[in-house]
Amino acid sequence: MRYGMAIDTKKCVGCSDCVVACQTENNVPHGYSRDWISETVEGTYPELALEIRSERCNHCDNTPCVRTCPTGASHVIEGGIVKVTHEECIGCGACIESCPYDARYFHPDGYVDKCTFCDHRIKNGQDPACVAVCPTHCMYFGDLDDPNSEVAKKIATRKTKVLAPEAGTKPQIFYLI
Amino acid sequence: MREELITSGRMNPLIDPYLNAWHWQIPLYLFLGGLAAGLLFFAAYFIIAGKENKYQTTVKYGPIVALGAIVIGLLALVLDLKHPAYFWQLYTTIRLDSPMSWGAWVLLLTSVVSVVWIGSYLKEAFPKFGCKIGFMRKLLKMIIKEKDNNSWDWKFNWLQKFEKYAQDKRKAWAWVMVVLSVILGVYTGILLSAFNARPLWNTAILGPLFLTSGLSTGAAMLMIMTKNHIEKLAYSKIDLLLIIIELFFITHMFMGFLASSEVKVEAAHYFLGGAYTVTFWINVVILGLIIPAILEALELLKFKIPVIVPGLLILWGGMMFRFIMVDAGQVIRYLY
Repeated sequence: MRYGMAIDTKKCVGCSDCVVACQTENNVPHGYSRDWISETVEGTYPELALEIRSERCNHCDNTPCVRTCPTGASHVIEGGIVKVTHEECIGCGACIESCPYDARYFHPDGYVDKCTFCDHRIKNGQDPACVAVCPTHCMYFGDLDDPNSEVAKKIATRKTKVLAPEAGTKPQIFYLI
Repeated sequence: MREELITSGRMNPLIDPYLNAWHWQIPLYLFLGGLAAGLLFFAAYFIIAGKENKYQTTVKYGPIVALGAIVIGLLALVLDLKHPAYFWQLYTTIRLDSPMSWGAWVLLLTSVVSVVWIGSYLKEAFPKFGCKIGFMRKLLKMIIKEKDNNSWDWKFNWLQKFEKYAQDKRKAWAWVMVVLSVILGVYTGILLSAFNARPLWNTAILGPLFLTSGLSTGAAMLMIMTKNHIEKLAYSKIDLLLIIIELFFITHMFMGFLASSEVKVEAAHYFLGGAYTVTFWINVVILGLIIPAILEALELLKFKIPVIVPGLLILWGGMMFRFIMVDAGQVIRYLY
């Protein structure tokens, strides 16, 4: 079992619905966000290429954030989801410094917070809030180990990329390009 | 051309627009940790070498300053936590993978050993009980009794026995201290170099570089503290050597960056023409290393140099080095 995501950059229009859905679902405090939209423009006019991506914690296979945590608050649960135990977090910021994606932030209550792949929803067989709400259906969530899952099929049939592969973290969010 | 921006209005405080999770507390703590490591290393080294009579200030008073530095450093570290009341959770786990866990434990052990060290030298360092401050006097009186000729002794028998034991086993304590101080000095660099997400920090040379810088600031501190001319001159020599090693390491660090991947080349350019060029080269290299090195060389050539000048410059350079590295390291990031 290995949860992962595929996000179709050809279908994403950057509406930010995933961002708002996450904030609502997970009670993210005002002014903070666990996921966000990035736009990359490449080339010089008139040869321009635009890519829009919905980004969040990559739930990496090789987790620098879990490694650098001094108390063990950052940990990996079944399915490879990286989580933070709030009661064990002292807010030292080591995990924030160690994430090449800047996916973690200080919650105003004094602990570090991040995307959980909505593990409370997937337990009940639902998709994460961001995936469920996407109006262009550009996000696919599921078990990467199961070759018959929609997400595994998308990754097998389409050209993909991950973010900052040179950081060596083995991210589990794949962008279809 | 390539341009990237976040369009969803993500503005997580301390993360955006650039990472700013660690402020003044961490570099201050790294500086004080390095300083303490230097002071304790020299104290322990001169005991092992059997030269404690020549280096009285180093073995008797150095560790007191070191303990003070560790206490202030730990206080800064606790202030840095977003949940300071939970700091004790550092000591309910040992995580070998996490540099911060190593640091917390090494600092704890170092402060315990230096308390023992200071205790074993306390009668020699302060032969007279001359404490004038009221509450300090009361506090000290809890473990100390005054004797008629203004000298003092421990109030409890077991403290006297422990003092005797510590004095007899001084060399063994010194060996423990040498190991701990080197780990502490290297750790201040490893804390940063363990983050492969920060291209500027992610270089193994940061460990030895921070150790050398810590030893150098320790020697500078002792140079200022001691009233003995021979001790002063010895630290001038030691510091000169350490500064040369440090300059070599810094050159090596940039050479390593420039020969590495794109993000690291970009990191080096922040210091070789970019935003941090002036701050770094003036404060760290010129004021903190080259000028004190020239002054110390002149002193060795029998010129009269007020030792406080190179001493303070080295301390300034060491502190600025930590502040600039921590700040720049958070600004320089992976681009994708």
